[in-house]
Amino acid sequence: MIPLPPSAPPAVLCEDALACDGAFFPTREQYLDLVAALKADGFEMCVDVCGVDYLEHPGRALPAGVTPTRFEVVVNLMSLSKRQRVRVRVQAGTERPVVDSLFSLYPGSEAPEREAFDMFGILFEGHPDLTRILMPEDWEGHPLRKDYGMGHVPVQFKEAPGPR
Amino acid sequence: MSDDVRIADRPDRLTSETSEGAQELSRRVATPTEELGREVGAVLRLDGVTLDPRQVDYERKDDETTIINMGPAHPSTHGVLRLMLELDGEFVLRTKVVIGYLHTGMEKTAEALSYVQGATNVTRMDYLSPVINELNYSLAVEKLLGVEVPERATWIRMMMSELNRVSSHLVWMATNGMDLGSTSMMIYGLRDRELVLAFFEKTAGLRLNLNYVRPGGVAADLPDGWEDDIEVICNTIEERTDEYDQLLTGQPIFRNRLIGVGAITAEEALALSLTGPLLRSTGVPWDLRRTMPYLAYDQVDFDVIVGTYGDNFDRYAIRLNEIRESIKIIRQCAQRMPAGDYRSQDPKVTPPPRARIGESMEALIHHFKLFTEGFHVPAGEVYSAVESPRGEIGCYLVSDGGPKPYRLHVRTPSFVNLQAMPLLMRGASLSDAITMISTVDPVLGEVDR
Repeated sequence: MIPLPPSAPPAVLCEDALACDGAFFPTREQYLDLVAALKADGFEMCVDVCGVDYLEHPGRALPAGVTPTRFEVVVNLMSLSKRQRVRVRVQAGTERPVVDSLFSLYPGSEAPEREAFDMFGILFEGHPDLTRILMPEDWEGHPLRKDYGMGHVPVQFKEAPGPR
Repeated sequence: MSDDVRIADRPDRLTSETSEGAQELSRRVATPTEELGREVGAVLRLDGVTLDPRQVDYERKDDETTIINMGPAHPSTHGVLRLMLELDGEFVLRTKVVIGYLHTGMEKTAEALSYVQGATNVTRMDYLSPVINELNYSLAVEKLLGVEVPERATWIRMMMSELNRVSSHLVWMATNGMDLGSTSMMIYGLRDRELVLAFFEKTAGLRLNLNYVRPGGVAADLPDGWEDDIEVICNTIEERTDEYDQLLTGQPIFRNRLIGVGAITAEEALALSLTGPLLRSTGVPWDLRRTMPYLAYDQVDFDVIVGTYGDNFDRYAIRLNEIRESIKIIRQCAQRMPAGDYRSQDPKVTPPPRARIGESMEALIHHFKLFTEGFHVPAGEVYSAVESPRGEIGCYLVSDGGPKPYRLHVRTPSFVNLQAMPLLMRGASLSDAITMISTVDPVLGEVDR
C-alpha cells in the first residue's frame, strides 16, 4: 500500500488487498486536496476517471468510517517515475452526485469526466465543458445507471412472420 | 404536400436533425474562457500565471474566422470521427472533437453478459487489436478470480498479442500512407496484415473478432505446424518492413509532411494522459510491457522505441520500429514456447473436454453450469492494464459476487488520446490536420464503445 503523501488531508485507507487493491477514500471535501497532494508526490498522470452506480450492490466492502453512497467516482493515477499506480475512490452522493473536477490538475481528465457525466449524471464542479460526449445532445437519462432500462429486441429464430 | 418541401428550402430542419447542441464548437463570444483555452490547445498549468485565453487570438473576431465540420463521414477520419475546426484562412485556430457516432453501449451490454460471454463483447471495441482487448479483460477477471494460468497459455497470449500488434501497426502504416497520398503503401499494408489474419483464422477460427483469449487461458491450442507459419510470417514481414522503410522514410514529400508537424512536449503529453506511441514520441520511455510487465514480457528481449521531438515523424518511426521489435518477441515466443496446457484445468472456469461430457456426470454438470449461469467471481474491484498498439488499455472491473460483471469500464487509449487534438492542430494547416488524426491513430470502435 502506498503511504499517504505528507501534504494530504487525513484520508481513510483501505487494507483489504483483493476487495480494493489499495485505494484512498477521501470525502468530497478532501478529494481535490488529496489528488493535488498525490500529484505533488509524483503521480504525474491521471490515467482514468470513471463512475460506478452502486444502486444494486449497496453492501460493498469499504473501510470503516466511509459512508457508502449510490454513486462513486474512481480515479486511477499513475506515477511514471515510481512505476506505481494508486486509486482514489470518492463517494459522490446519492440524489445529486457532485464532485470537484480534476481539470485544473490534470487536463487529461476532461474527456473521462464528461463520459462519467454522460453515463451517470455525476456533476463535476469546475469542468470547462460538462456536456454529453457519447450520447446525442437531446438524450434523456443517463444510460449506465442501474435504474435505466435495457433495450431489448425479441429474437425469433423459427417461423417468424416475414417483414410484410 | 408539406412533406415535399426540399431540405434546401428548410435549412432549420437540416440543422435540427444533425445538431449536437453544446457538444459542437460555438462562436467565441458564446464560449466560456476555460473551454476556449482548451479548444486552442492550452494544456500546461503555470503556477502564478493567469492567462486569459481570449488574449491568445485577441485580434481575431468571430466574423473573421470560419467554423467548419470535418466528418463524421470523412474518409480520412478513420471512422466516424467528427472534428469541428475554427479556421483562419487555411490555418486551424480551435478544434473540438465530437464523438459518439459509433456508441453502442458496450459497457452496459457487458453488465448483461456472463464473464464467459464478456470476451466476445470487449473484442469488438478496438477492432484492430482484438486479442489485446480480450487479454486486458481476461487479466482483470483472472485477477479477481485468483486463477493461475498455465505457462503455455501465457506464452501463446504473448505471441498472439504481438502478432496483433504487428497487424495493427501494418494497418496504421497503410492508412497513414493513404492519408498522405501513398496509395501503394495502403495496398502493401493491408496485404501483409492478411498474413497475420490468416494465422488467426487457422488458430482461432476467426479473422477479426477472435474471442480467443478467455478468462482461464486461450480458446484453442496452436494448430499443427504453427512454427512454420510463424517463421514465414516473421521472415516476410521483417523483409517487407525494410522495404517500407526504404519506400517511405527517405521520401522527400513524406518527410516534409511529417517532420516538425504536430510536435508536442513530454510535459504536455503527461498532462493530457497520453500513452502509447504519442507519449513515447516525446522521449518518455514508457511502455507497460517493460515498465509494468505482465504475462512474461520480463523474460523476453526487446527494445522500447522512443522518439525525440514528439512530432509526426517520430510517431511514424516508432510504429515502424515497433513492428520489428514485435517480430523479435514473436520469434522468442516461438523458440521458447513451453509444453503443457493451453488453459487452466480449474473446472469452475474451463469447460470440460467434449469427450468427457458423455462419460462423466460431473463434467456434464460443470459444462451445463458454465454455459447457462457462468462462474461466480468474488466480490471486489480491480484495475488492470496492458499495452495496446495505441497506448494503455485498462479494465476497471467491479464484481458483486455474481456471474456477471457489476460494472465493466474499459479505459481505451484512443478515447483519451483524442484529447491531444486541439493541441496538435493549433496553428497547423488544414491539410496537416489529416496527418494529425492519422498519427494519433484513433480507432473509433474503442473511442465510442
